Amino acid sequence: MSLIVELIKYLMILLIGIYSYYSFRVFSYRKKERQSKAYYGLTTVIFSLHFVGYATLILQMPSVKLLMLYLCEVALFILVLSIYRILYPKLSRLLMRNMLMLLAISFIILTRLSVDEAIRQVSIVACSFLVCLLVPFFIMKLQFLKRFGWIYVLLGIGILMVVLIAGTTTFGATNWLQIMGISTQPSEFVKLLFIFGLAALFKEESSFKRICVISAMAGINVIILVLQRDLGGALIFFVTFVFMLYAATSRLLYLFSGLLGGSVAAIAAYQLFYHVRVRVMAWSDPFQYIDDQGYQITQSLFAIGTGGWFGMGINRGLPTDIPVVESDFIFSAISEELGGLFAICLILIYISCFVMIINIALEQEESFYRLTSIGLAVMFAFQVFLSIGGDIKFIPSTGVTLPLVSQGGSSVFSTILVFMILQGIYIRGRSRKQDNSGNTQEEEYLPDIKTEDFYENENE
Amino acid sequence: MKMKMNENKDYRKSSFQIIYIFLGLFVFMMGYFVYFIVFKSDDIVNSPYNKRQEVLAERVIRGDILSSDGATLARTVTDGDDEIREYPFGEVYANVVGRFLKGKTGIEQSENIRLLTSNVNALEIAYDDLVGKKCPGDDVVTTLNAELSQVAYDALGDYRGAVVVMEPATGKILVMVSKPSYDPNDIDSSWEELIADEDEESPLINRATQGLYPPGSTFKILTALEYMRENPTTYKDYEYDCDGSVEYGDMTIHCYNNKQHEEVDLPKSFAKSCNTSFASIGKGLNIDSFFSLCEDFSFNKNLPITMESNQSKYTLKKGSSSVSELMQTAIGQGHTLITPLHNAMITATVANDGVMMKPYIVDHIENADGGAVKRYSPEVLAKPMTGKEANYIGKMMRLVVTDGTGTKLKNMEQKAAGKTGSADNANGKAHAWFIGYAPYDDPKIVVSIIVENVGTGSDYAIPIAKKIFDAYFKQ
Repeated sequence: MSLIVELIKYLMILLIGIYSYYSFRVFSYRKKERQSKAYYGLTTVIFSLHFVGYATLILQMPSVKLLMLYLCEVALFILVLSIYRILYPKLSRLLMRNMLMLLAISFIILTRLSVDEAIRQVSIVACSFLVCLLVPFFIMKLQFLKRFGWIYVLLGIGILMVVLIAGTTTFGATNWLQIMGISTQPSEFVKLLFIFGLAALFKEESSFKRICVISAMAGINVIILVLQRDLGGALIFFVTFVFMLYAATSRLLYLFSGLLGGSVAAIAAYQLFYHVRVRVMAWSDPFQYIDDQGYQITQSLFAIGTGGWFGMGINRGLPTDIPVVESDFIFSAISEELGGLFAICLILIYISCFVMIINIALEQEESFYRLTSIGLAVMFAFQVFLSIGGDIKFIPSTGVTLPLVSQGGSSVFSTILVFMILQGIYIRGRSRKQDNSGNTQEEEYLPDIKTEDFYENENE
Repeated sequence: MKMKMNENKDYRKSSFQIIYIFLGLFVFMMGYFVYFIVFKSDDIVNSPYNKRQEVLAERVIRGDILSSDGATLARTVTDGDDEIREYPFGEVYANVVGRFLKGKTGIEQSENIRLLTSNVNALEIAYDDLVGKKCPGDDVVTTLNAELSQVAYDALGDYRGAVVVMEPATGKILVMVSKPSYDPNDIDSSWEELIADEDEESPLINRATQGLYPPGSTFKILTALEYMRENPTTYKDYEYDCDGSVEYGDMTIHCYNNKQHEEVDLPKSFAKSCNTSFASIGKGLNIDSFFSLCEDFSFNKNLPITMESNQSKYTLKKGSSSVSELMQTAIGQGHTLITPLHNAMITATVANDGVMMKPYIVDHIENADGGAVKRYSPEVLAKPMTGKEANYIGKMMRLVVTDGTGTKLKNMEQKAAGKTGSADNANGKAHAWFIGYAPYDDPKIVVSIIVENVGTGSDYAIPIAKKIFDAYFKQ
């Protein structure tokens, strides 16, 4: 029995290794057949990894419930792949597969941690895909979306204010809202409003004065989040703003002064707020505070350290010793049981998503869509960075979920929404390019071979 | 059209820069992750707070702990499904090798994760897994010398005390003995009695690393060094006329037995262990620079050793300390406290031309088939004095043996050097100290010996040192 678990452990590392390699290799494939082959390969890997992961789980705790859960997940993956493909033949297959791969890993590890939580998560994911079914369509067709810049930003601020006043507190942060018995984390959705708002406001040439006003608006968002003690959220909003400002203006001065201002604000927050100091203390010397503030991070380090490169094997470690392992510290659980190599491949898949999203941005002629994509890319990548960096003690822990992998309804729904918005933008960009290609007028950026290498030419 | 092209170029450039910035962040993060797993995780997972060690114990048979000369100090014997941890030498290594039950200590604790990791070849592990057998854990090979440890343990006899023997050039610990001890084989049945400790003998304390004693005259090494530093041109001309006692206010400091040493220079004061001479030296010392000298020699610091240890204390500070305390401190009384291991390190620094080596006790880790898994090598801890200073102090320590309080070592085949001490304390007779090394010309081993509440170092500690030196050079 343990031999099988042991073998599956290595098999899973091999599978994710193959996957992460091809998730980059595919950027350089120019021919349609090769790309299609690669995508079939990636799909096969997803289903194989998912299968062997659940095989270990079911072998160790045989139950009909688990088997049903597995079958439901397989059905979900097949449905998502086929329905979205039928509705949107031109969607980015790489992004779609990366998404499913991350979800498959999430389902395996969540089931291992708590079967009931996993069932809940799978249902939420299924609903999210259903709800988001028409999102790409709306993004493609609704041209007026880009007109409401101020409304998005003000609406976002309004929602955050409501949360600040009426929200409930979990793990020290007041960022949950109970609506009709369902508790949600509204900042996950305000993020999207924020990015749409900024993209709409920055889409035209901005005067210095206008930039100042927009910055002030962004600043209010960040300050409300700091008041809610949602440090991770505040950081994500801030960094997203700085990079969108840079993408809109292409002026390094803004980027540097933004990052400098951020550093000053971080130092000020450290001086002003006790809970910020506690986080930093727990980060700089967790073993001194091992019984309270440092407990979580030391447990996480024990998990990663004991797991080593190859992991303890599914169900053979103690990830449940880490508080909130299923959301903020999911990466440590993965590293402990599936191994450090597996964890690194997981990071590579996130990087593949990020590069692909920036690619989508590069193909957009309209600055609204371009800026939206950049904003979403930065937000996504930075969230991954904060979550994993906090788990491995690279940076102080900020209590941020790992997109698509962590348990949490608001988080996974908003991430699926983001990916579907990006699919809409991607399809829209490609259709317009094809429309234009009938023209004699060559687009200016096409001869740029370097970016062309990044871009997938499927179905052309 | 041209305008648009420029704009396009700009956003392409900035987009690529954003890619590079974030790729950079991720590369750093992955780099840290790799660094953590390769270099940091070993120490971290060995923390007693890490409950995952118990998970490993279900798959691996705890490895052995061996001495450098091949003796087994701890091993696991399987009896059916039961695993029993055995200590063939009983009490001798109880404090240094430690125990497995009742809260791991010593090497059992510091190398726990090594003992629970199996590095036999992958096929064997897979086979063991298949047939449901536990894998054999790695063995820890210590720097301890079993023969010498036994000599030291026997030499201490029924006294309370500790012996540390080190190699000055490497920092290897050859002997670490603490008495009274206990038998870790019987820990389950004797535990209640041990923690009750009705005789107040603290057998569970490793006196070598945790025992804090006044250093007595052994501290004169540092007093002399401070004096040499403050009087670089004149210390060789130092003279003092000893009449057996010196007074300051209402305090009187005596030489041992009120002996009058008469005309003495610095080496003679040192060799005869003249308290009055050193107390008067102490009176004139710069409190601040003396404090920083002691900190350079690792006072008030955690010693870099992987087992339970206490910090030696040196508290003399400007403003808060009186002249009489300064005089007391100069002869090793006052509030100064030192562990036997720390005193061994200071002696080793003299013997090693002023270079203090990091003490270590694990030589290497090998798998169950004897293949090396990890090897530890000597590391320099600090250079608290120059070679010239070490030389001069070495000469004075040699004078102790040829013409001072250590003449019982005079007739050894190998020339020895050292310093005795008789540390007054509140619990009765003086603690007997001896710190020293041999051979004087080419130091191979350092000893640090304390015998509690018996009398002078020359009567009680030196005979132990002699037995150890004899045994070592016979090997």
